[in-house]
Amino acid sequence: MSENWEPKIITFVCNWCTYAGADLAGTSRFKYASNIRIIKTPCSGRIDPMFIVSAFEKGADAVLISGCHPGDCHYNEGNYNARRKFTMMKRLLDTLGVDTRRVVFAWCSASEGIKFSRLVNEVTESIKKLGPYTDYHSLNQEER
Amino acid sequence: MARIGVFVCWCGSNIAETVEVSKVAEVSKSIPGVVYSVDYKYMCSDPGQELVKNAIKEYKLTGVVVASCSPRMHEKTFRKAALEAGLNPYMLEMANIREQCSWVHNNMDEGTQKSIDLVRMMVEKVKRNKPLDDISIPVTKKAMVIGGGVTGIQAALDIASGGIPVVLVEKESSIGGKMSALDETFPTLDCSQCILTPKMVEVAQHPLVQIISYAEIEKLEGFVGNFKATIRKKARYVDVDACTGCGTCWQKCPVKVDSEFEQGLGKRKAIFIPFPQAIPSRPRIDAENCLKLTKDRCGICEKVCPTKAIHYDDKDEFMEVEVGAIVVATGYKIMPVSAFPEYGGGQYPDVVTSLQFERMVCASGPTLGDLKRPSDGKLPETVVFVKCVGSRDPEHYHSYCSKICCMYVAKQTMLYRHKVHHGNCYVFYIDVRSNGKNYEEFVRRAQEQEGAQYIRGRVSSIYKDGDDMVVEGADTLTNSQIKVKCDLVVLATAMEAPDGIKQLAQKLGIGYDQHGFLTEAHPKLRPVETATAGIFLAGCALSPRDIPDSVSEGSAAAAKVLGLLSKDTLDKEGVVAIVNELTCVGCQNCIRVCPYNAIELKDICNRQGELQRQVAHVNPGLCTGCGTCTPSCPSRSIELQGFRDTELYAEINALAEL
Repeated sequence: MSENWEPKIITFVCNWCTYAGADLAGTSRFKYASNIRIIKTPCSGRIDPMFIVSAFEKGADAVLISGCHPGDCHYNEGNYNARRKFTMMKRLLDTLGVDTRRVVFAWCSASEGIKFSRLVNEVTESIKKLGPYTDYHSLNQEER
Repeated sequence: MARIGVFVCWCGSNIAETVEVSKVAEVSKSIPGVVYSVDYKYMCSDPGQELVKNAIKEYKLTGVVVASCSPRMHEKTFRKAALEAGLNPYMLEMANIREQCSWVHNNMDEGTQKSIDLVRMMVEKVKRNKPLDDISIPVTKKAMVIGGGVTGIQAALDIASGGIPVVLVEKESSIGGKMSALDETFPTLDCSQCILTPKMVEVAQHPLVQIISYAEIEKLEGFVGNFKATIRKKARYVDVDACTGCGTCWQKCPVKVDSEFEQGLGKRKAIFIPFPQAIPSRPRIDAENCLKLTKDRCGICEKVCPTKAIHYDDKDEFMEVEVGAIVVATGYKIMPVSAFPEYGGGQYPDVVTSLQFERMVCASGPTLGDLKRPSDGKLPETVVFVKCVGSRDPEHYHSYCSKICCMYVAKQTMLYRHKVHHGNCYVFYIDVRSNGKNYEEFVRRAQEQEGAQYIRGRVSSIYKDGDDMVVEGADTLTNSQIKVKCDLVVLATAMEAPDGIKQLAQKLGIGYDQHGFLTEAHPKLRPVETATAGIFLAGCALSPRDIPDSVSEGSAAAAKVLGLLSKDTLDKEGVVAIVNELTCVGCQNCIRVCPYNAIELKDICNRQGELQRQVAHVNPGLCTGCGTCTPSCPSRSIELQGFRDTELYAEINALAEL
């Protein structure tokens, strides 16, 4: 691990709650670690579990997924679909030997700018402790 | 080949303070596909937009990334500018380097690096974006209101006064709903019939309103602006066009049964109108009790009818109407006394519901306003009112508050005291909730000037002792058990969702809660809309409400309908799902997860018209662009436009470069 290694965290958010929550963190100037890169989707229901795998494949050290709180979904039930998918996906990743501490699923509403900034900081801190994610790449190397 | 332009905004010092904008613009040039990049102080200003427009034309850009504030702020602005320069607006994306970079990070290097990354991700996405067209859907300029109570009447009147024709469907044989059975209304004590019947007449006579009574919704197809409803007109056995409402038939009919309108306290005939002011004033035959229809005897009504309007062979009829919007105002029912055996409900005739009490004191009621208790016709000298019966009791009945009982019980104590000046009335209550215009004053008047005695506590049992009823309960203010001997007990039973509401909700494709009340799209910001575009809610169909609230909501729903139908076409963004019919296997996963029922099966036939297979088909009118269908598809055949897999994976893949 190099001295100045910084984790790469890919974040998938829904447009209506968490993206707006991140905007609020911005307008409120709540500072947070610069390790995340946000990819916007309309709804957490649009987020494909395969995105997680793909993100790891491309070198992410962690994946953060966030949508509207249960009951708050702009599309009524997209986040319930997301929750079901990711509950299953997490177990599958576990079975495959992927460290599931690197996949974080959280609810964050449009009014929770402070929660969003704290969430990013917490995830960044915990991934820093875990170190760079090399397992997946070595796995990839072996296959090749 | 993609030709992408990158426009980096300073936002004054908002971005430039923490992000080296010139470096972002410079580095962007090295991203494959980028042919032009520039930074500018205020990209959203007119000169900034001109910069974008000119570059689109000059460099023949096929895509644009604006790195500035949140797309919530200015995506519309820049997409409009792109359109003006001849570029499809969906070929413009924004990299949010203000809210996600400069405002949340302090370090210039980090901010700059992250901005470059965000630009790179958006460049990769926009390279794969497809031009999208906005969708335009024609609308049928006609509305349907389901439920002819005061809420539905108000909605129908308001829609019709806006010039839109309305079909008003009522399941009973007359419009008027529950309000028509009330005596006087709080907090003004004006007679319910006196304020309702003019509205009933107005709606009946309105040239743009068609009332279809004694009818129910059989089926609903289509989507916003383009619904097709099948209405079942139940067999009435009376030709409403030939009938003049002269009344000879129901005067001569020999069969007497309990009247639903009179809450079982009065009688009606087997051919009847529910109440004298009924609209339409055309009778129907109650097939379960009519001698001709049950035993093939009698037939008097047919013989006496001067216009030959009676048809014993009448059958249910179906009619189809095409409408652009629907208001559901299906109202409520109240729990019957028989649901409360612990209070002697159903066992003692002198334990009645509030609605029965309304009929007992009403001048048009079965006793013509003479207050007589049901068992022996005696004038009740003491009456006990019990509130929250079935409401606010999650262990046994409903958890919710029925909202109107506090007020109508106060009203009923007054109605009682106005009839029986020397009478005593007691009210058992948990709380008194009187929030509304002039409501608190009204309750205080009942307590302080009209002599209603309020006892705070729940009733444990009600039983008969000789001729008297005895109410036992707790007085929690004096911490004692008390017994009240009385002649009549009135239970303020809970308001409930009406029978058949779930089936109706399923037919309409709208949601309902655990109590059976219909669910609004947003409890605060979209209170009269449903999650299904074009279907609106009003009144007690949503939850218990009083008359002013119900009427307001009727008008609110009407305003929504008029807004929707004011245009010839509905225009919406092109961000909808599209199915690749060549690869779809028809597994229906997408149909199951779609929150809007926007996907249906479509038949694929050969040239001979023989069914080959079925595939999913998205109705763009219903699709809201959530994209839940896309990851559910095992064959990757359904794609949300604007957020296709290739576009999102491009963003992820861009990370490899980071």
